[in-house]
Amino acid sequence: MEPFERVVAQHGATVLRVCRAVVGPVDADDAWSETFLAALRAYPDLPSDANVEAWLVTIAHRKAIDVVRRAARHAVPVADVPDRVLPPQGRDLDLWAAIAALPTKQRQVVAYHHLGGLPYDDVAALVGGTAAAARRAASDGVATLRRTYPTIDQEES
Amino acid sequence: MTFAPAINDEDLAHLHRDLVAGASAQNLLDVAYRTVDSPVGSLLLARTPAGLVRVAFDVQDHDAVLTALSQQISPRVLEAPGPLDDVARELDEYFRGRRTTFDLPLDLQLLRGFRRDVVLHLPDIAYGHTASYAQVADLAGSPRAVRAVGTACALNPLPVVLPCHRVVRSDGTPGQYAGGAAAKLTLLDLETRVGVAA
Repeated sequence: MEPFERVVAQHGATVLRVCRAVVGPVDADDAWSETFLAALRAYPDLPSDANVEAWLVTIAHRKAIDVVRRAARHAVPVADVPDRVLPPQGRDLDLWAAIAALPTKQRQVVAYHHLGGLPYDDVAALVGGTAAAARRAASDGVATLRRTYPTIDQEES
Repeated sequence: MTFAPAINDEDLAHLHRDLVAGASAQNLLDVAYRTVDSPVGSLLLARTPAGLVRVAFDVQDHDAVLTALSQQISPRVLEAPGPLDDVARELDEYFRGRRTTFDLPLDLQLLRGFRRDVVLHLPDIAYGHTASYAQVADLAGSPRAVRAVGTACALNPLPVVLPCHRVVRSDGTPGQYAGGAAAKLTLLDLETRVGVAA
């Protein structure tokens, strides 16, 4: 089994993109930390043929839900509820803001498939519904992003 | 289509530090490691909660050594300089000629049987002195196991700290060393120079 340090080095950036897309830049650090701590705990029992990145994205999905629930519990009601989105400060934050503005399902599907590399079957298992529905939601999400964040195709990897 | 918006290295470094702290607090940091520069090249230092478990030379391939530790001890391995600060400090003092013995908690779990007997007797050879493989076989209680002493020294998981470099051929020539013959000479020269000056 590979040292866990290599797992962090290889997948840390991908998991951070997924967390930023799903919970926004502010809570992403908590989601990332909880994801990798949980992964570190479970790592010795991971089957040797497991897809490590898919495993991490799946944990990130659960931790993101925890983080959002916790934030909602601790939220202080205010008269004018702001979006949970930072003001745009530069190009990359614009992208996160554009992703944050998507409906929840589209945002999750774009995060897990396009940023996290998870196949649609696995994405559907996480967010519910069929793989075909996940594919349609991702397609709708990307179409919206192309409108709200026109340079997205330059981010292709 | 996949897209990969840029992630700042500093953000990841910050998250990595938090991960190490969290892992440590939850007793999940089974193996912490770092590297230090030294006159015998880059040294990999690894420790468990019990103590220093491995020192490895560049020529031993640090990546391969980490993979072996992951298999032999635990895959919960993280680069974490803090827990190895005391080791780095004592090694620095040693290489500056200001330290002749190490005072560090050691984890000897990679050592068993005769190899363990041999390696634990290495500190009996005083700083600045050498002993032959045959003499160390005597020290370890098996005078005829000269070749096995050679193997035990070659496989010493804690070189420099447990001084297998002080074991030389019976004709006085340095002989082989896990860190390479040049590294062995460097260590012996250092100890001779400092020993004479003292």
